[in-house]
Amino acid sequence: MSPNEITPHEQAEAEPIADPGLPAHQWRPTDLDEKAAKRAERQVAAFFITSIVFAILFVVAYFTLEIGEDWDVFMGFGASTAALGVTLGMALLLIGVGIIQWARKLMGDHEISEQRHPAVSSPEDREDVLASLELGIAESGISRRPLVRNSLLGAVAALGLPAVVLLRDLGPLPKDVVDPERGKGLEHTLWKKGERIVRDVIGTPILASELQVGDLVNCQPEILLATDERGNHILHGVDVQVGKSKASLILLRMEPDDITHGRGRENWTVDGIVAYSKICTHVGCPISLNERTTHHLLCPCHQSTFDLADSGRVVFGPAARALPQLPIAVDGEGYLVAQSDFTEPVGPSYWERDSK
Amino acid sequence: MSVDTTKVAKSNATAAATPAKPSKLGGAANWADERLGIGSMMKKNIRKVFPDHWSFMLGEIALWSFVTLLLTGVFLTLWFVPSMNEVAYQGSYEQLRGVYMSEAMVSTMDISFDIRGGLLMRQMHHWAAMIFIASMMVHLMRVYLTGAFRKPREINWVIGMLLLLLGTLEGFTGYSLPDDLLSGTGVRAADGFMKAAPVVGTYMSFFLFGGEFPGESIIPRLYIIHVLLIPALLLGLIAAHMLLLVYHKHTQWPGPGRTEQNVVGFPMLPVYAAKAGGFFFIVFGVTALMGGLMTINPLWKYGPYDPSKVTAGSQPDWYMGWPDGALRIIPGWESAFWGVTLSWNILLPILILPILLWVIVMMLPFIEAWITGDKREHHLLERPRNAPTRTALLVALMTFYGLMWAAGGNDLIAIKFDMSINAITYFMRGAVFVGPVIAFIITRRWCISLQRHDNERLLHGWETGVVSRSADGGFSELHLPYTQEKQYALTARDRDEEKTYTSESDVDENGVPAPDTRKNRLRAKLSKFWYGPAVQKPTAADFHEAHHHGDHAEVGAGEGSKELH
Repeated sequence: MSPNEITPHEQAEAEPIADPGLPAHQWRPTDLDEKAAKRAERQVAAFFITSIVFAILFVVAYFTLEIGEDWDVFMGFGASTAALGVTLGMALLLIGVGIIQWARKLMGDHEISEQRHPAVSSPEDREDVLASLELGIAESGISRRPLVRNSLLGAVAALGLPAVVLLRDLGPLPKDVVDPERGKGLEHTLWKKGERIVRDVIGTPILASELQVGDLVNCQPEILLATDERGNHILHGVDVQVGKSKASLILLRMEPDDITHGRGRENWTVDGIVAYSKICTHVGCPISLNERTTHHLLCPCHQSTFDLADSGRVVFGPAARALPQLPIAVDGEGYLVAQSDFTEPVGPSYWERDSK
Repeated sequence: MSVDTTKVAKSNATAAATPAKPSKLGGAANWADERLGIGSMMKKNIRKVFPDHWSFMLGEIALWSFVTLLLTGVFLTLWFVPSMNEVAYQGSYEQLRGVYMSEAMVSTMDISFDIRGGLLMRQMHHWAAMIFIASMMVHLMRVYLTGAFRKPREINWVIGMLLLLLGTLEGFTGYSLPDDLLSGTGVRAADGFMKAAPVVGTYMSFFLFGGEFPGESIIPRLYIIHVLLIPALLLGLIAAHMLLLVYHKHTQWPGPGRTEQNVVGFPMLPVYAAKAGGFFFIVFGVTALMGGLMTINPLWKYGPYDPSKVTAGSQPDWYMGWPDGALRIIPGWESAFWGVTLSWNILLPILILPILLWVIVMMLPFIEAWITGDKREHHLLERPRNAPTRTALLVALMTFYGLMWAAGGNDLIAIKFDMSINAITYFMRGAVFVGPVIAFIITRRWCISLQRHDNERLLHGWETGVVSRSADGGFSELHLPYTQEKQYALTARDRDEEKTYTSESDVDENGVPAPDTRKNRLRAKLSKFWYGPAVQKPTAADFHEAHHHGDHAEVGAGEGSKELH
């Protein structure tokens, strides 16, 4: 084609390089040489046979290797998981590799071409379908008899009510569980006036004099860990978990002069010992990382940081509210106790929470 | 090319030899066809053509890891007890013996220590879940970057997005089931997320947990969601995804003989079936090796869930990492009004952002089609460089995701690199907005440079490295043209101008603009932005010019050139 014979526009639109068409098929060594083909056949079979060997080794490993506590001892034959994983993995892999080798070396490798068809159906089909649809709709009378149609729609829609209502008993409403005495409900915990503060896990009460400046203690209300006269726990299972998820407490002793008391909180501490909820006000993780020199407490989940010397104020991170502080005192025997429950809900925010 | 085909083994001919007598296979096929009438369906599909390219395998990884999940998951259900009853652990692991924990945790411990192969299956299940979600995301990126989502495949894109969402939920419900300290912490956070929802949040939480957190209902409820509800949905959607794939026929890369009207590749039976089937064993096998050799989720180290405990460096599974990053870097915004509380610091990063990003990604095909006004079917893939704006858009989204994900590990970064966590967090607050913009600009320029380079290669051939010195002392390098196949493959793409949408097209014959002109103006502007700086392939005239002026080298397909510049 000479450039003189076409207009500049056509020239711009023309494909610069003509499609040379599908390249010729290239024969493989295995197509041309019977020996090569036989070799490939043996190769593939070798993969499959080795796979069988590994499957058998799997069974051997299953019955000979010990499991249990020493599962991670490798040469002491406790390595059941590793041996089972390797033998099973190899048995599977070798089948896969063998099949793919078979496909690449021995199966016909002629690329073939297939015509595409537009996703759309033929115009005749579409017209037929539309006509049938219209006929069907007309015969049903759904558009001529709106009363039938609308009442049916209403009836089906009304079925949504039983479906939704059926789920009502999935759980109680937030207000149904409220019981200040037993610490139930979002606004209450197991803390109450005179409730002893005990160390978490071991459950021993704490004398104010035991704590050195800088000591941080994880605590629970005594009732959570208390046992009856026969040594059985008073609270079990879910009650313990729910109780802990709200009542977990942190005690920290600092120099009394370091504390900036919040308004009305002047009497909430004992000799520089402050008590705060351990539950982060962001999404509820238990806070655990104490920075001793600054009295800052860091939540390990999302790094909200609270200043325990200053009413639990947020100094960094995504939390929006200060950690709730528990007013504490000492009882007649000198042990630390709560003056009351927390004065605000602990843990993450929720819609009905009055945060003012 | 001539080959002595007489030596070709007969079994490798394209057509099967005609059997001398009706074969057993024929008999069985006949029996089935007379009852199921599957002949016509099989006729179309048994030799259906599938094009070959490594990147088409990514979706297959997702499919086969899902099958691996089903198989290993069934094994786990034989022993797992979805109950929150507290019992004292009495199994083989001495350090936790006597410790009270839920039956879910006890049974997971038993699977890990007292059932042979149990730990292997548990770890395979967890690894396969990681691979499932990762391969879906890489597959998504491949489909987007090559333009495979364009008409007629938009619905399959939407199905894919649903699969990704359900896969993520399936993963979350799955790793919450053992009721160990880490998973319990995740559920605790989920409780905080739900409570942050305006108006209904507390109710949602109480209904899901059957009362106050943690209650004793959450594990059995998550269990049935994890083993029945979501898998059934996944299975149905995967079937739909596959059916549409078969109906549309797979996309292919442009090249000699490969057009919008055909599909070139290997037939389903035997080559594709063998490769795909073989690949299942490879995915399964690799998962088994990982499950056997790489520890994942060692819950015996975390211990049972206790609302008063947490380990430092607690991380969700990686695919939940990026919303967690958003949750970490958001400032502590909360509004209190009319006696209620609205927690923006949870609402924005967890309840709004992920859904928003998901919707944006799902809408990408429709947004692009609206901007380009392109209503044609596309079966040939585009190289990422040949759609610079599209490619840059995804890279910007990936950058956003990546930065959020890194923010989700801000504590680990701070510890490993001895940096201030506050500084990292403040930096990330800005970076998640600035980073994607920079990534967009760089990627687009990069694509355009690659397009220029392609044109260079087309018009001036390849650099041979042979340098000559001319009589008057100048140096020049010999360039040789590429083969016609290569040149064709490089030029086999649309010219962008053809698709540029302008608002002028809506002006009627009297010059009156259509009523929605403002929308069109925006569309035209976006279209200009979309195609604006992209480089078009050379025209025939460009080739002609390069050929005749001999500016650099003669470009005649397939013939060697000695002309110097």
